[in-house]
Amino acid sequence: MARDTGIGARVKRVEDQRFITGKGRYTADLNRPGQAHAAFVRSPHAHAKVGSIDKASAMEVPGVLAVFTGEDLAADEVGALPCGWAITSKDGSPMVAPGHPCLAQGKVRYVGDPVAVVIGETLSAARGGAEALEVEYEELPAVVDLDAAQSSDAPLVHDEAARNTAFEWELGDKAATEEAFAKARHVTRIDLVNNRLVPNAMEPRAAVGEYDSGTDGFTLYTTSQNPHVARLVMSAFLNIAPEHKLRVIAPDVGGGFGSKIYVYPEETVCVWASSKVDRPVKWTCDRAEAFLSDAHGRDHLTHAELALDEQGKILGLRIKTKANVGGYLNLFASSVPTYLYATLLSGQYDIPAIYAEVDAVYTNTTPVDAYRGAGRPEATFVVERLIEVAARETGMDPAEFRRRNFVTSFPHQTPVIMMYDAGDYAASLDKALELIDYSGFAQRKSQAAREGKLRGIGFSTYIEACGIAPSQAVGSLGAGVGLWESAEVRVNPVGTVEVLTGSHSHGQGHETTFAQLVADRLGIPMTNVAIVHGDTDKVQFGMGTYGSRSGAVGMSAISVALDRVVAKAKKVAAHLLEASEGDIEFKDGQFTVSGTDRSIDWTSVALNAYTAHGFPSADLEPGLKEGAFYDPTNFTFPAGCHICELEIDADTGHTRIVNWVAVDDFGEIINPMIVEGQVHGGIAQGVGQALLEHTVYDESGQLVSGSFMDYTMPRADDLPSFSLDFTVTRCPSNPLGIKGCGEAGAIAAPAAVINAITDAVGHEDVAMPATAEAVWQAIRKSPAREAAE
Amino acid sequence: MAMKMTGEYTLPADRETVWQALNDPAILEASIPGCEEFEKVSDTEFNALARVKVGPVKARFRGNVTLSDIDAPNSYRISGEGQGGVAGFAKGGALVTLSDAEGGGTVLSYDVDAQVGGKIAQVGQRLINGAAKKTADQFFDNFRRQLDPDHAAPDAAAG
Repeated sequence: MARDTGIGARVKRVEDQRFITGKGRYTADLNRPGQAHAAFVRSPHAHAKVGSIDKASAMEVPGVLAVFTGEDLAADEVGALPCGWAITSKDGSPMVAPGHPCLAQGKVRYVGDPVAVVIGETLSAARGGAEALEVEYEELPAVVDLDAAQSSDAPLVHDEAARNTAFEWELGDKAATEEAFAKARHVTRIDLVNNRLVPNAMEPRAAVGEYDSGTDGFTLYTTSQNPHVARLVMSAFLNIAPEHKLRVIAPDVGGGFGSKIYVYPEETVCVWASSKVDRPVKWTCDRAEAFLSDAHGRDHLTHAELALDEQGKILGLRIKTKANVGGYLNLFASSVPTYLYATLLSGQYDIPAIYAEVDAVYTNTTPVDAYRGAGRPEATFVVERLIEVAARETGMDPAEFRRRNFVTSFPHQTPVIMMYDAGDYAASLDKALELIDYSGFAQRKSQAAREGKLRGIGFSTYIEACGIAPSQAVGSLGAGVGLWESAEVRVNPVGTVEVLTGSHSHGQGHETTFAQLVADRLGIPMTNVAIVHGDTDKVQFGMGTYGSRSGAVGMSAISVALDRVVAKAKKVAAHLLEASEGDIEFKDGQFTVSGTDRSIDWTSVALNAYTAHGFPSADLEPGLKEGAFYDPTNFTFPAGCHICELEIDADTGHTRIVNWVAVDDFGEIINPMIVEGQVHGGIAQGVGQALLEHTVYDESGQLVSGSFMDYTMPRADDLPSFSLDFTVTRCPSNPLGIKGCGEAGAIAAPAAVINAITDAVGHEDVAMPATAEAVWQAIRKSPAREAAE
Repeated sequence: MAMKMTGEYTLPADRETVWQALNDPAILEASIPGCEEFEKVSDTEFNALARVKVGPVKARFRGNVTLSDIDAPNSYRISGEGQGGVAGFAKGGALVTLSDAEGGGTVLSYDVDAQVGGKIAQVGQRLINGAAKKTADQFFDNFRRQLDPDHAAPDAAAG
């Protein structure tokens, strides 16, 4: 049976049956007896002082139960949302990170910043109250443009953050890098914009907060990627309730991409308000609110330089990046443009010297935090654009230039913290070149030119650091938490198994892949395994799902717990078979005394573990349940080669991706079908960033791309049928050899697309998103224009 | 977000009559599309409540209207600021200038410079100029009718 369902099997997702038949149970599906509804009143101004709020104006609306403002939260000592990762500036000073009040305390700092909440008997009453609530604002000048925000005459978002700067951070060896550039034969210089993205998970955020005055306990049902972290923050920083009095349940969650890692004002206010009105309080975000209030992604301005010797070997790399953090430094926002970004600037390359400077800058815009890839897409875009441009400037083939500079021996210590443990970058590149028929490209390009099309090819040989993360390492870099994962394996008397995991599934398919691991190891059918997650009363603790960590860290915890279960089961089997524990072998669900035909099956061992008849009590406890807290020894380093081939209509600027090859090395793969789905989705998101998605604020800080009328998500007809393949180098730093696959596509894709477009138009001046209009404009400036005409 | 709009209408009345109408709260109230309240605070200040629809965003805007830079019977600036609840806000003004039309009547020209914010800017930005133009057309259509209730003549518009 293990062959059909075990590790490596292409098992259909168990959870899809309920998702595609409408049986999923999302937060918005939950309705509690006596429930009231919340509507948030949000700032229409990017920057303003909040004057008087006339609660009576909303209370007059029939059905309104209560109106709360920042003053009410302050009176209850509800804290502000913190940033959980401390970054130190290069001058030694700590980052400047004022907390984000859940409801405004005197000032609003972006359009959509919550000012008040109205609780109503019905959603309609709550919205009517929000509509009627009179709030006085004294508008202040807003700072919106990232490039101008640090100038001395820019308005201040936070009075305590001079020049709107949260921190000025550096990584790497400045002197060694300067030396490398001094002796360079050629230096490539580029300026890049990494466009801001709105996450747009299919399911908007939602919350139902419920207070039980009988037990003085709270329950929060919410759309979270990490319910235990939400509980920890609400307990330790926000003062909602101590952890043993607060249960957080994240039921089915419809996508997160990072945006549901964080603790937000709305969820916090719902659970707090439930005790004030002594009724459950429900809130479901609408799409327009989501555009304003979900943490955005990316938004960097970068100047990057690459130094080469006369043989085309890289001598050094340096970058200066301004990262827009929005109006507040969000929960993990400080780590994204620093330790998740600059640590990946070595790419797949052996670069002797790297120096990175990153300024985190406040503006009157929605806070920016991790979004699928979180820092690593930004790093890959910088490195892979630099590499491509450097190859073109020095007249080298971009594939050959990469190969010449690849890291080829492992472990490899980069100049920017990371130690790559395993990989074979040339193997991925070679396979990808073959799949795309690289040698036939020139012919395809001239054929396209005859048809008035500009054809281009672009590479992205990306690397990422996943399996986040060794607690010791992240602690030394400023993280406020450890990033291990927990698991508990409970065997029932009939031999069925419940796995309690601290990972959280919101589209990843854990109920399938985790069950595959258990089936494989215990030799039982997958249908006898239940994966339990997303409830702080069931799972003791967990760090959740993001950073492609659930396989490498979450499953490793399950693997260690399974080892312990098998060890205990062997003791039981030894007792039952009257043999020595050391002589028991366990294979395919059978315990056998080595070298004999005496054996007992899994189900009998499980049953006897609970009947416990005749157990020598001093040596053998009844029951069969083990847990583990697994802390990885290193990050994992998924890497691969994506090649994008596209055609541009020279008359309209419309880009059509005609072929996409991805050869990824994710280490060991549990379920190839699920991995392929992750790669497909990741590439789609990366192509969305490269071609379509753009978050635009006007100069007064109004979000003018705030709906799907103006913000373009990728659709199926924007994408080709992908050609995927894999190479495998086993990850040495976890027991399963897994590297992770959840973010790779989004990390690799933008550089591949822009490298292909710039190849097609013949110059480097193409920014994301490369819409048809932008590409058409680029063609007007292009030396390739004549070629097509 | 900024919204700018200019236009011109020819009205079938002399300059003095048009000027009087532009300063008459009852005529303004009857002319403002969706106006539910228009209350005179002083000769140059009014409070207003109007229903507005921009694409999918519907709201009731409550605000004040002030007349300034008055040069009778030639021009004034009409400015205001309104709160539309969760729909956001609108503020700004228009310079309104009157001149004699060739062959009788009065040419009214306006130059609007306004800011809108919140949901109305977020969701309605592509629709806002069209909605504003439509509102202005409706206003002057109503205004013309007030000037000359017996001879409402749509073909007099030359916006």
